[in-house]
Amino acid sequence: MSETLLFELTVFVLSIFVGFEVISKVPSMLHTPLMSATNAIHGIVVVGAMLVAGSAIGGEIGRAIGIAAMILATINVVGGFAVTGRMLQMFKAKPTAPDAPAKKS
Amino acid sequence: MNALKIPSLEIVYLVSGVLFIIGLKFLSSPARAKTGNLLAGIGMILAVAVTALDMRIVNWTDIIIGGLIGIPIGYVSARVVKMTAMPQMVALFNGAGGGAAALVAAGEYLRLSADNATTAANLVPILLSLIIGAVSFAGSLVAFAKLQELMTGRPITYPGQQIVNALVVLAIVALCALMLVGSPTPGMFIAVAVLAAILGVVGVLPIGGADMPVVISLLNSFTGVAVAITGFVLGSTVLIISGTLVGASGTLLTMLMSKAMNRSLANVLFGAFGSAPKGEAAAAASASGGPVRSASVEDVATLLAYSRSVIIVPGYGMAVAQAQHAVRELAANLEKRGVDVKFAIHPVAGRMPGHMNVLLAEANVPYSQLFEMDQINPEFEHTDVALVIGANDVTNPAARNVTNSPIYGMPILDVDKAANIIVLKRSMNPGFAGIDNPLYENPKCMMLFGDAKDSVSKLASGVVAA
Repeated sequence: MSETLLFELTVFVLSIFVGFEVISKVPSMLHTPLMSATNAIHGIVVVGAMLVAGSAIGGEIGRAIGIAAMILATINVVGGFAVTGRMLQMFKAKPTAPDAPAKKS
Repeated sequence: MNALKIPSLEIVYLVSGVLFIIGLKFLSSPARAKTGNLLAGIGMILAVAVTALDMRIVNWTDIIIGGLIGIPIGYVSARVVKMTAMPQMVALFNGAGGGAAALVAAGEYLRLSADNATTAANLVPILLSLIIGAVSFAGSLVAFAKLQELMTGRPITYPGQQIVNALVVLAIVALCALMLVGSPTPGMFIAVAVLAAILGVVGVLPIGGADMPVVISLLNSFTGVAVAITGFVLGSTVLIISGTLVGASGTLLTMLMSKAMNRSLANVLFGAFGSAPKGEAAAAASASGGPVRSASVEDVATLLAYSRSVIIVPGYGMAVAQAQHAVRELAANLEKRGVDVKFAIHPVAGRMPGHMNVLLAEANVPYSQLFEMDQINPEFEHTDVALVIGANDVTNPAARNVTNSPIYGMPILDVDKAANIIVLKRSMNPGFAGIDNPLYENPKCMMLFGDAKDSVSKLASGVVAA
């Protein structure tokens, strides 16, 4: 096993634990915005799409793949953040105890 | 590949990863959720900005072409989508992400085969990313079509379905094995992609519309995993961190949602929910022939106005009719008369968890009036009126005692324990799960038929006049 792969696996395994830990205390009222936000975060694939589209290899097919990857990834990332923002716009702070339903045990 | 990176810039990816984690953390509190989304957005911009400096990028034309097409599509569709169509929209964006991950894998495969550099070690992550991404892409499109009612929301089943699905999986495994031990060809690569897309379609087809929230959540975590594996393909830690975060949190969310329906994830995925013994369940419930009391707006308005306590149970019907503002008005008018008004939110009411919360928040209903199932269920027996607005399956008492009902065992809101039950419904059609609701034959139950928004608006003014 190469040193790079070992490093990447370490990051991978630790991220699994962080992912579980960070989500486990979310009240169900925020589940939809949360799902939408995680959806936006996997839009990070746009970084991969940029590398593929920008590397200019594989001729016409390679270009088509790169452009298609860029289109789909930007739809994911831009749409994801915009739609999450719209959902959260509706959670305006209320004078009456805004955290009340979050007390779920 | 790592030699092509500028090491000092890698630190920015770490900052991005941290911002995603803190962003998700902040999303767990209503007060900080907006900041959380903003932080994650900043993380994303940083990651893209640093990637722009990556030396592997030699040509900007295609990046700009793709961005100029994708950015407006994503932005405009996110702005114009109705709140009720939000779940489908998330499914579509998720499908786009899965498709992008599969295409990135395809791009890397193309580069490696052009260099004659394909090895088993670098093919494994490429194939995994391709397969999971394609499954997520195709599965999300089917979920979208089901929720958008472009196709039936009912489970689609046929004899030998499980065998066909198993054969697709076997074919994928066999092809991948051939590519890893033998000499991979582009034809085999395309065949794997097509088969994986087919797997996504046939995997989601037998799942009923009522289970789509669970499926979308699961596909969301699939895309996360596909993106993480793409990170291994490209040697990018930020992809690994972010994709894994989404994969892990999405899996947890999916399990929480299955648990809310008292079913295992396996049962949701392979149970062909709703296509189960429908005939028998209907016979046991005998809804077709049972007596149902229909009420007028005036009857209901008077009953509500002179109650001490009302629990409102919203469901998908409220979302479809865009009735949330009218519901808020009705609640406000009732409170002015001194009626105690609470909202009971079932974990799977609507099409996504928290769907009702989002809609009611849009209509300015304070969080403090919303109660989750466990908190509100003991209160129904002390409540004068349970007002059910377009919710069906989550109130169906068949879940308690009809053992052959497809929803048997799912925890429900105990609306039948209230002194009076009012159900607002368009018609006697069964709910999304496609099963009859014996609640409507309960002697305490009155039905108010019509469009939810129209009925609730009339009730809101009727309550003031009463």
